Amino acid sequence: MDTAAAAASAPEADTRREAIRVEDLHKSFGNLEVLKGVDLTAHQGDVVAIIGGSGSGKSTMLRCINFLETPSSGKIVIGGEEVAMRSDGSPANQKQIERIRTKLAMVFQQFNLWTHRTLLENVIEVPVHVLKVPKAEAVARAHELLNRVGLGGKEGTYPAYLSGGQQQRAAIARALAVDPSAMLFDEPTSALDPELVGEVLTVIRDLAAEGRTMLLVTHEMKFAREVANHVVYLYQGRIEEQGPPAEVFGNPQSDRLKQFLSSVA
Amino acid sequence: MTGLLELLGLGASAELLSLSGWGGNLLRGLANSLQIAFGAFGLGLVIGLFGAYGKLYGGKVTRDLLAIYTTVIRAVPELVLILILYYVGSDIINKISAAMGGGRVEINGVAAGIWVLGVVQGAYATEVLRGAIKAVPTGQIEAAKSYGMPAFMIMRRVTIPAMMSFAVPGLANLWLIATKDTALLAVVGFNELTLETRQAASSTRAYFTFFLAAGFLYLMVTLCSGAVFARVEKWARRGQPSLKGGAR
Repeated sequence: MDTAAAAASAPEADTRREAIRVEDLHKSFGNLEVLKGVDLTAHQGDVVAIIGGSGSGKSTMLRCINFLETPSSGKIVIGGEEVAMRSDGSPANQKQIERIRTKLAMVFQQFNLWTHRTLLENVIEVPVHVLKVPKAEAVARAHELLNRVGLGGKEGTYPAYLSGGQQQRAAIARALAVDPSAMLFDEPTSALDPELVGEVLTVIRDLAAEGRTMLLVTHEMKFAREVANHVVYLYQGRIEEQGPPAEVFGNPQSDRLKQFLSSVA
Repeated sequence: MTGLLELLGLGASAELLSLSGWGGNLLRGLANSLQIAFGAFGLGLVIGLFGAYGKLYGGKVTRDLLAIYTTVIRAVPELVLILILYYVGSDIINKISAAMGGGRVEINGVAAGIWVLGVVQGAYATEVLRGAIKAVPTGQIEAAKSYGMPAFMIMRRVTIPAMMSFAVPGLANLWLIATKDTALLAVVGFNELTLETRQAASSTRAYFTFFLAAGFLYLMVTLCSGAVFARVEKWARRGQPSLKGGAR
């Protein structure tokens, strides 16, 4: 797409490169329709916070973007490349989806580190085996990343011997190791003890500050308000309200959002 | 040494069990038994891995065929299966050989034993490995998927290493069963430990001596296997805090 032309036709349009675009995304589990047509665009450098009550479809939406969940219908465009889908929503080209997934690093609520591998092995696993980076290079980078998230010296430790906060920081190092074009955070602090939430948020805040593109499903409203430049409120599978955090949090329009914000405050 | 045995009145037994005599036959029988057990266990693992994946992720036809395989093999007594598979197998090979204009084929005892017991082991291994794969937390596989790993790499790098700790106790059981099931091959005239023992015992009339010796050999195999599997399990459980230690 010619960005200049787009900007001319729609003066308010964002001229930064588009990272993730979701169009009319639907997802049903059996008879239960969890997503009822969601549209979302994230440009490079955007930090999009996705908030909403439990069952609002926010995690499902995130998981549809990298096809961990197969969408029922809709369109997903990553870095300008549309994911080819069959009529039932499953990816038509497994190679394409595998290639796209390597650019989208996911951080899970339950960390999902590989428990039979040390932290270092967890971080170099994808660079070495999927991206075919020379091992020495991957190891050097892994040391750097583990240092960065405050886990220098824990390279040889297995995940089970670490606290939840440490595991999640290691999972973030694993995500950074693939040099992703966008990061997907699926409630990264929800499984943590309250005193461990801060250390993980600090790492995410740093990443946001260096201009990484992130989609962040979270329950931490204060944090969302602070790091996001765009906030999306999902209610029962639809986007009820979205906008800059100051607007969404400071001046909510819909009654549901008002009620939601007062219930979590 | 000899003096001590004489003193205990075991001189005759020692002589019977000497390596140049019947004792050597027993050890050769043991070697044959172990060879078959190794082969059958290995073949069973390969069948079991394919079977487990087929049952978990295969299409309807694959799953149905595997269900028939595991049900039939586990329903029929091993002894009956050995007789069926051995005679049917050699019959089929001879029919094929005849059809291709060849003569009677001499079936290699070791190969036949491995094949027969391997098919039996495969059915049990399918279930052991299926359970182990199902016990791997889905998050580990999801993480691998989300980072763009292709299916075969996920199996090799994540699922198999992660399921090992769940599979090892069941597989250790299967190995021990394999070592003892080799004794059933005596019915088709294969010279494994039990048949050698029976021959030695009936030739010398020293039943007690020889069967006790054979029992001792089976016990040694079990003890050594136990030590090996303990190490394998420790390796497979790497990264998992010990259950009784309550570390973490």
